[in-house]
Amino acid sequence: MATQTQSPRDTQLQPVPSAEDEAGQAYFDKIIAEDSRIEPADWMPAGYRKTLTRQISQHAHSEIIGMQPEANFITRAPSLKRKAILMAKVQDEAGHGLYLYSAAETLGTPRDELFDQLLSGKAKYSSIFNYPALTWADMGAIGWLVDGAAIVNQVPLCRASYGPYGRAMVRVCKEESFHQRQGFEILLELASGTPAQKQMAQDAVNRFYAPALMMFGPNDDESPNSQQSMRWNIKRFSNDELRQRFVGMIQEQVKVLGLTLPDDKIRFNEETGKWEYGELDWNEFYEVLKGRGPCNAQRMERRREAHENGAWVREAAAAYAAKKAQKAQVA
Amino acid sequence: MATSDQTAMGTSDKTPATEIGHTPEKAPWPLWEVFVRSSRGLSHVHAGSLHAPDADMAVRNARDLYTRRNEGVSLWVVPASSIVASDPDAKGEFFESPKGKDYRHATYYKKSEGVKHL
Ligand SMILES: [Fe+2]
Ligand SMILES: [Fe+2]
Ligand SMILES: [Fe+2]
Repeated sequence: MATQTQSPRDTQLQPVPSAEDEAGQAYFDKIIAEDSRIEPADWMPAGYRKTLTRQISQHAHSEIIGMQPEANFITRAPSLKRKAILMAKVQDEAGHGLYLYSAAETLGTPRDELFDQLLSGKAKYSSIFNYPALTWADMGAIGWLVDGAAIVNQVPLCRASYGPYGRAMVRVCKEESFHQRQGFEILLELASGTPAQKQMAQDAVNRFYAPALMMFGPNDDESPNSQQSMRWNIKRFSNDELRQRFVGMIQEQVKVLGLTLPDDKIRFNEETGKWEYGELDWNEFYEVLKGRGPCNAQRMERRREAHENGAWVREAAAAYAAKKAQKAQVA
Repeated sequence: MATSDQTAMGTSDKTPATEIGHTPEKAPWPLWEVFVRSSRGLSHVHAGSLHAPDADMAVRNARDLYTRRNEGVSLWVVPASSIVASDPDAKGEFFESPKGKDYRHATYYKKSEGVKHL
């Protein structure tokens, strides 16, 4: 009767989906087609869950590791006001990490496991945080360029198809604009100071420009996963689209600072309607991503140290909670 | 089945409510859902979640995490495992009954259109 020949290998590779999976997939496809939101209890394809778990947890790790370059400068802030601002910003980044870990956890991986992935070096985080912060002006360049690039990346993520991720990003984005403005203000103050201060600001911009542009990820033709993420409405714009948009913004803002960007290839292409910029050093990007950047080892060591040094606090809090609960039971 | 943001997947069975306060040192802290009242006269609204060893710490952590910019005048924390939700698999059916009952809405009544103060 059956005229179709199917090799046993084919059937192995494509197991017949259960009726439940088929209904789930159909419902999922409908939600995505309507540009509505997927919530934690919904059926979702294994690949969607995996992609999101990786993306959201990597984002969370980046916020946590990203506290380090700026935290290192809290004791060296030039005034009490700047110290308070920097502490507030670093605290915000911790908060961003926690919002995102919460969102990642809704996909089924417990937080401890996510922490382990970071501490064991199994998980990646944004390569930008493996560059050193050398001077106070770097606090300005980080706020303006690094948080600035993050904003351009994150605003479209507020509409990501996964509900908890989008909601976390809304919260994050509300807080990021203060980060960028305080950075811009640091640079503006230095740029209108002594020639040495202005030079310090220019030097910071020179060093952070290219790494900030690389935060958007590889060029589109080198980024095969982007296509799927866009079909799933996780990602709304391609890496290059976002990068071009960012270049257009900062080339205008840098004029207000009275500084320059270290790229003489920046120009607006009237034909394509897009901003163009010089070639980026992608070898460097992949080297840093593989752990061979200037600060990878230091950042990971500091993170592990902080985790271990905090162990007694976590244990004490748990012991205290247990003791109080016992007392309440007796009473 | 408990189904707020956090409890929908996996994590809830690891932290049943009965464990709160009895967390052994190595076990993960239970998960709490946080609700924030943004100003007097408004309801508490779900803001997110966090891990904490007990209710007191959950409230303190919630303050630091969800109200750093005057977002609230009051906080609730609820063990995530205590939340009871409608069956997520029921999808439409569970909420079907109001459908087809347009007469429950004022807009259903057209004849009175144009009549003042009605
Ligand atoms: Fe952040
Ligand atoms: Fe960020
Ligand atoms: Fe930030």
